[in-house]
Amino acid sequence: MRRVYLDHAATTPVDPEVADAMARVLREIPGNPSSIYAEGRAARALVDRAREEVAAAIGADASEIVFTSGGTEADNLALRGVLKARRGEADGLVVSAIEHHAVLDTADDLERHAHVRVTRVPVTRDGLVDPSDVEHALDDRTALVSIMHANNEIGTIEPVEEIGRVCRDRNVAFHTDAVQTVGVLPFDVRELPVDLVSINAHKFYGPKGVGALYVRQGTRIATMQTGGGQEKGRRTGTENVAGIVALGTAMRIAARRREEDALRLAGLRDQIIDGVCARIPGTVLTGHPTRRLPNNASFCFPGTQGESLIVALDLEGISASSGSACTSGDTEPSHVLLAIGLDRKVAQGSLRITVGRDTTDADVARLLDVLPRVVERLRAVSQEPVPAT
Amino acid sequence: MSVERFGAAEDLYSPAAVSHFTEPRNVGAVEAADGKGSGTNPSCGDRTTITVRVSGGRVAEARFRTFGCVAAIASASALTEMVTGRSVDEAHALMPGDVIAELGGLPARKEGCALMAVGALRAALVDARVRAGGAA
Repeated sequence: MRRVYLDHAATTPVDPEVADAMARVLREIPGNPSSIYAEGRAARALVDRAREEVAAAIGADASEIVFTSGGTEADNLALRGVLKARRGEADGLVVSAIEHHAVLDTADDLERHAHVRVTRVPVTRDGLVDPSDVEHALDDRTALVSIMHANNEIGTIEPVEEIGRVCRDRNVAFHTDAVQTVGVLPFDVRELPVDLVSINAHKFYGPKGVGALYVRQGTRIATMQTGGGQEKGRRTGTENVAGIVALGTAMRIAARRREEDALRLAGLRDQIIDGVCARIPGTVLTGHPTRRLPNNASFCFPGTQGESLIVALDLEGISASSGSACTSGDTEPSHVLLAIGLDRKVAQGSLRITVGRDTTDADVARLLDVLPRVVERLRAVSQEPVPAT
Repeated sequence: MSVERFGAAEDLYSPAAVSHFTEPRNVGAVEAADGKGSGTNPSCGDRTTITVRVSGGRVAEARFRTFGCVAAIASASALTEMVTGRSVDEAHALMPGDVIAELGGLPARKEGCALMAVGALRAALVDARVRAGGAA
């Protein structure tokens, strides 16, 4: 049975060209970029070139790119680094209620252990942050605002341009977790008023374990780890040369393909949204109806439970995810689904479908064939009343 | 290396649990049931309701409804099968571990799902006894 992979927001398969580039580095470039002899210089040249590729793809200068181990580290570095650099003069952090755990849990940790004042702004039913809520949350001791570019669960695209302008007017640094959008949507730091941007290679057909933080020139940020001083001391540790080359390559390919991919994926996404809503009574579409990622179709099916949906689809050869896949035995529904005001019981039956470059029309047809049967079967077992749509 | 080789569904749930999940036995409610009981798992919001028909001191029929995860559905399905034909006392004495053994094991931290099914069954048996005029 051909498996149908519909969880591209979790991770994407590595592009063969990226895998080749990475393998070549692993096989042929043995040096440490910090060494001054030939092997080291070769590794340094590759890192420098990748830095320029990443910078070029988002309109940045190469000196503004800090390589990290991925999105989580980039988020941690942005929040912890800025708050640490401003210690003693500014201690306020503003985040939204639907940030990724890499931001929310870091904010919690800073609140508990570093005396940072955290404000969590709410979102609308569609998952939108209101820029005026951010504005009201600012005071003269706010150091940083961190609002994601697009939400990983429900796909809503946040008004980061407006939020960025609010921050700029008040001279507050603005970080955006753009892990779901860089490589997917147009993203240019010359146009967007953002100061820090988290990037993650494996969300756009690069490998897991490498990412970057864009840090606008002049943004004050301290390092979180100490050591040999790589990345101009902002992220010390021997560079992941093969991963960094892969990130640069993936970024270059994404810049070339992005527009065409987004158009095709949005078509598949709409087929899924329309097909699911038409075939499954009581479907709740989560996220904004139009302001959403081109690859994200997310739903709740009252009367079903997330893990049951995922396992039932998995047994049919389809991979998708849920914000409430109770694998640990005591899972709360996702904070995102609760923050948009969904009933706890409804939120338990969440399903996220995210398409990608390898998704075909046949994959969508298969999903639309299998999913209604799965939901119907689970509802027959739970016999929960299905609300009228 | 392949997804098929390292990612079999049975690595998450046993073949028996998968079978009870995909083809659950005794779904629904016993008509004119002698007893009805529910169990909930407060940590995740899952719920199982079991209804029974008791005849001559034996469980003649047991049916279930479950809102919940794979383990919750499989546990309730397996349990209704296990108790059918057994004496009420034997049924009442079944432990979560018996259900887990019948399923060939459950993933770590899913033991509460078997407990929920057993709780629902015991509540249904107690309900049947009370309704029949016996002491709880």
